[in-house]
Amino acid sequence: MNNEQRPLIEVKGLKKYFDINTGMFKTKQLKAVDDVSFSVNKGETLGLVGESGCGKTTVGRTLLHLYKPTAGEVIYNGNLLKTKSDIKDFRKHATMVFQDPYSSLNPRMTVSDIIGEPLDVHKVYKSKKLREEKILELMSHVGLNSEHASRYAHEFSGGQRQRIGIARSLALNPDFIVCDEPVSALDVSIQAQVINMFEELQSKMGLTYLFIAHDLLVVRHISDRIAVMYLGRMVELADAKEIYDSPLHPYSKSLLSAVPVPDPKIARENKRIVLQGDIPSPLNAPSGCPFRTRCPYATEQCAEAMPEFKEVSKGHFVACHRVDEIN
Amino acid sequence: MALLEVKDLRTSFFTDAGEVKAVNGVSFELERGKVLGIVGESGSGKSVTAYSIMQILAPAGKIVGGSVKLDGEELIGSGENVMKTVRGNKVSIIFQDPMTSLNPTYTIGSQLMEAILLHTDRNKKEAYARAVEMLQLVNVNEPEKRMKQYPFELSGGMRQRVMIAMALACEPDILIADEPTTALDVTIQAQILELMQSLQEELGMAIIMITHDLGVVAQMCDEVIVMYAGSICEQGTADEIFYNPQHEYTKGLMRSLPSASTAGTRLQPISGTPIDLLNMPKGCAFAPRCDAAMKICIEQAAPRVDVNADHRSACWMCVKNQIDNGTIEVKGGEVNE
Ligand SMILES: Nc1ncnc2c1ncn2[C@@H]1O[C@H](COP(=O)(O)OP(=O)(O)OP(=O)(O)O)[C@@H](O)[C@H]1O
Ligand SMILES: Nc1ncnc2c1ncn2[C@@H]1O[C@H](COP(=O)(O)OP(=O)(O)OP(=O)(O)O)[C@@H](O)[C@H]1O
Ligand code: SF4
Ligand SMILES: [Mg+2]
Ligand SMILES: [Mg+2]
Repeated sequence: MNNEQRPLIEVKGLKKYFDINTGMFKTKQLKAVDDVSFSVNKGETLGLVGESGCGKTTVGRTLLHLYKPTAGEVIYNGNLLKTKSDIKDFRKHATMVFQDPYSSLNPRMTVSDIIGEPLDVHKVYKSKKLREEKILELMSHVGLNSEHASRYAHEFSGGQRQRIGIARSLALNPDFIVCDEPVSALDVSIQAQVINMFEELQSKMGLTYLFIAHDLLVVRHISDRIAVMYLGRMVELADAKEIYDSPLHPYSKSLLSAVPVPDPKIARENKRIVLQGDIPSPLNAPSGCPFRTRCPYATEQCAEAMPEFKEVSKGHFVACHRVDEIN
Repeated sequence: MALLEVKDLRTSFFTDAGEVKAVNGVSFELERGKVLGIVGESGSGKSVTAYSIMQILAPAGKIVGGSVKLDGEELIGSGENVMKTVRGNKVSIIFQDPMTSLNPTYTIGSQLMEAILLHTDRNKKEAYARAVEMLQLVNVNEPEKRMKQYPFELSGGMRQRVMIAMALACEPDILIADEPTTALDVTIQAQILELMQSLQEELGMAIIMITHDLGVVAQMCDEVIVMYAGSICEQGTADEIFYNPQHEYTKGLMRSLPSASTAGTRLQPISGTPIDLLNMPKGCAFAPRCDAAMKICIEQAAPRVDVNADHRSACWMCVKNQIDNGTIEVKGGEVNE
């Protein structure tokens, strides 16, 4: 996408632990995100995939400081976020689009109030007229008609509601958006419209995306690079084509082989690596490599030590003790 | 004779806003041991078709016409006593959300045993043994321990496998699976689909697989029905539907899918918004969103034509193609095959 490859966002050693009540006066730490590091370059889309509960949303929210990080650093445009005012300023440039277009919008607000809310919160416009103009401009960016402005969110279809949510997230002219499953709740026939809109907005406004989704075909389509998470940890990160064609981590291998391909001949011949067992609870994460309880290649070493997330070829990171032997 | 024969099935919901024709003239046959996929957008009538076969509709819903024959026996109008023996014994259903069909206040074991006691003449001890055996069959580890646990104590994938165990406990001839893996992760989905495939081969039952995921259809199904607005717009073998789609909706659906080869290009979406069953257009239901729509499409619903022995489609473009290449003739304004 871009030639300069300058990171807009850098995340180093990010951790988010939640304290969970496990009975009377007892709490346990849930390591939702544990020691995750990555960067997102200006103008690119980094896809983030992994099983339900592996920590994707928590990465997005913690990175935006919607959750206070337990540990770790976030660097925006070369500046480490330290003070409250750093974070407040960052929030004008970085925002989030949510999964569920049905519940994330207030049904009693009009479309123009929903989209205008961030403008009002940050007191961006002095005159009503300028505010209105901005709202109409935002609506046209996402393909909504101006006559929709005075209608209520509940009057719209899922695809249209997602457009409203996106218009709202664009209100403060952000340059970075965490898109959390933005098309998962939409019907297949509407998904393609919304995916195209994300791509058009990106090229028009130079946006940078962290794109979270569980549909790997959607992620493959939209991403420049893809990161795979498992039980709070990042296990692989590489160029989208590279990771899709030749994943190196045993978990990525099984994940990608399990994607149902909409082509009967390929699907019949496809050799799926079907994993045994269930995903462990993050409250009782295994020792050593988090994937070892389901990994076909696990050895004793895997139970003893956490594999390091290291660069095995240029830009390709993997966390597996046996990555060299099994590939 | 086909195991299941559905002919011109019509089911409506009578709501304050009017009659919702949720299933509007659906016909298909299912042979023993085959897997039939039903796809289509949200609200197109997939679940209501299944519920109509089982006669488990919500109170506002009524079967207003058509016929459903199981092994040659008519089920519509057969009465609740007949349906009670059909459900569970001959046809079982797995619902999308396992939590809605597992009772949270009873253990897994008591629910499984109840299903077995209800539908077979096993005694309690035999039912227990059978329940444990079923859990083993669907790869639930430590089955004896699971028997004593409550649904909330199991993971989503495990609950779905318990549902499958429950549906299969009486060895039905037909298993209807309504979005059985939509709520699950891909690696767990792969486990469940593989399990369903191996059980299907082992037990020789037929499966009706309802899903919106064309990848799941490609992997599992012999035959496919594509629904739009309560009707079948196209049906045929999986290979015909995927490699030779003839209805403009099916074509649009296939074109719109993202994949490795679409990266870096724009997708080709279907335009417009999903249909409102209370405001159905006069002609082809898909016409308002169809890029190829002709004048006749807006005025008149398309007839169902044979594309070949394995494939039928109800689209005027398909009719036009057949007229153009001489497959069908037009006599006095009537289309004859
Ligand atoms: N506010 C919270 N309090 C306590 N635990 C939380 C909280 N938010 C998330 N978790 C836990 O942290 C883990 C990661 O959750 P997260 O929502 O980030 O997963 P995810 O990858 O986004 O999953 P999904 O695909 O289902 O959206 C889960 O075990 C979840 O239960
Ligand atoms: N209880 C009900 N009362 C009124 N209308 C209903 C009821 N149940 C279903 N319908 C209508 O019947 C139509 C078909 O619904 P159905 O549940 O079969 O769709 P579906 O194809 O299974 O969709 P999905 O993919 O969302 O599950 C819908 O338009 C729906 O609004
Ligand atoms: S470190 Fe060991 S258990 Fe983990 S993925 Fe690699 S081989 Fe498997
Ligand atoms: Mg999430
Ligand atoms: Mg349904």
